Amino acid sequence: MSILAGLWEPFATFGFMRRALVASITLGMGAGPVGVLLQLRRMSLIGDAMSHAILPGAAIGFLAAGGLSLTAMGLGGIAAGLGVALLAGLVSRRTHLAEDASFASFYLTSLALGVLIVSARGSNIDLLHVLFGTILAIDGPALYLMAGITTLSLFLLSFIWRPLVMECVDPGFMRMTGSRGALYHMVFLFLVVINLVAGFEALGTLMSVGMMMVPAATARLWTRRLVPMMALSAMVGMLAGFTGLLVSYHFRLAAGPCIILTCSAAYLFSLIASPVGIRAGGGGSSPFRSH
Amino acid sequence: MSYGAIGLDDAGVTLHGTPVWQHVTGSFPPGSMTAIAGANGAGKSTLLRAILGEVPLAAGRITLGGLRAQDFGYLPQARIIDRAFPISVTDMVLSGAWRQTGAFGAAGRTVRQRAADALRRVGLEKQAGRMIDALSAGQFQRLLFARLLMTDATVIMLDEPFTALDAPTTQDLLALVREWHAQGRTIIAVLHDMHQIRTCFPHVVLLSGGQAIWGETARILTPGMLQRAYDTPQPTWAGSPA
Repeated sequence: MSILAGLWEPFATFGFMRRALVASITLGMGAGPVGVLLQLRRMSLIGDAMSHAILPGAAIGFLAAGGLSLTAMGLGGIAAGLGVALLAGLVSRRTHLAEDASFASFYLTSLALGVLIVSARGSNIDLLHVLFGTILAIDGPALYLMAGITTLSLFLLSFIWRPLVMECVDPGFMRMTGSRGALYHMVFLFLVVINLVAGFEALGTLMSVGMMMVPAATARLWTRRLVPMMALSAMVGMLAGFTGLLVSYHFRLAAGPCIILTCSAAYLFSLIASPVGIRAGGGGSSPFRSH
Repeated sequence: MSYGAIGLDDAGVTLHGTPVWQHVTGSFPPGSMTAIAGANGAGKSTLLRAILGEVPLAAGRITLGGLRAQDFGYLPQARIIDRAFPISVTDMVLSGAWRQTGAFGAAGRTVRQRAADALRRVGLEKQAGRMIDALSAGQFQRLLFARLLMTDATVIMLDEPFTALDAPTTQDLLALVREWHAQGRTIIAVLHDMHQIRTCFPHVVLLSGGQAIWGETARILTPGMLQRAYDTPQPTWAGSPA
């Protein structure tokens, strides 16, 4: 088999591979830019926590639909994720606990609750599907939902772009100008949740956050400009989807982990090859600094 | 537009159950230039934020003399700003025109021209296309002043505007503050440098032991008052208002 055939044939031959490829590209396109902002807002842990927080809602959707249904589980996941975000925000405003500490408490509770619900009513295989996803079993309706989420995500992101960015840089100044920071923060958390929900049928609740965070971290090693950074993050996610699926097909490995590990390989390469990676040392000697 | 003094009437602020300052009464007349001084933790920044409505009062009231929120310009401490964020110098200055552009409006030719003028005024015109993390501490402070210029505010509130700056930068920015004062704007600045306060600020609020001593600088900043302000143990609370 020629190299070109090896790249093309799996997708030309099998419908499930084509659907998995479209799913990966869709996920990368939506989650990449959100991941960049999540990191720049210093909320990486919250992204991880949120991916666990959606589990009980997804589990209830799973029970209600009587099996794996992205629509039912997605709606449940969105409700659970937003519920945890609201609760964590409320706790951090009413107590001295920071938002990440509140999230950490709630997501662990959610994770345990979700696993309990699925394992009580479903099989171990169902639990594995919820936790690690089934990207090769993505069907048409699931693809439509993912594409819808990505479209909504990119549209909302462009709509709240300016306040979201300026709130990151200088929240104090923005409060003074009358910007509604809390509202934009909640819209942003909504974006995080829906992108995680889009990813969990493909990659599971445990790995969907990988498509958000690892490409974003990779992109940050190559550019200091925000828009190229987000475009690069999306590109890394999409390419990792393509490459990961090929690796999975040719070496008969699980597809979801292959995709995330391909993202990780791009990150490791960037750590070594990027001028601001580990070669720069100490984290403080940016080549972009002019003096 | 004519407006009255910003007044505090028996005002007090409590953070996490501990009073920061109490029974504070005084006013900032229109066009006045006042420094807020006091030891670390005395509640200087808290006073600014209380006037801006960001910190709720535990007692008393603050009147704004007919001023609206958009009449205030605020320069926060540079250390609370994320200087690593990938945003250009020009975009940062343009955010000062938020009240004109809002969250969704375009930054038109006039606004962009004002941004270019503001950068030129603080000597940063050559840095307009750079990212903010490429600026030195002094350049970054100049950038914050340029953003403040964009707000065209009637009342300008500065929180430690000259901390950790070299003498030439401090002199340049101080000249800008004097220019604002000469234009009739009200200046309220949190400062640590007593020499700077004595030479440039006719009025001072000295926060000491949870109280505010208000008046002409020469009358308030006496050796005895300063010793009392800086030797008095400050109230402690979870959090650290400067």
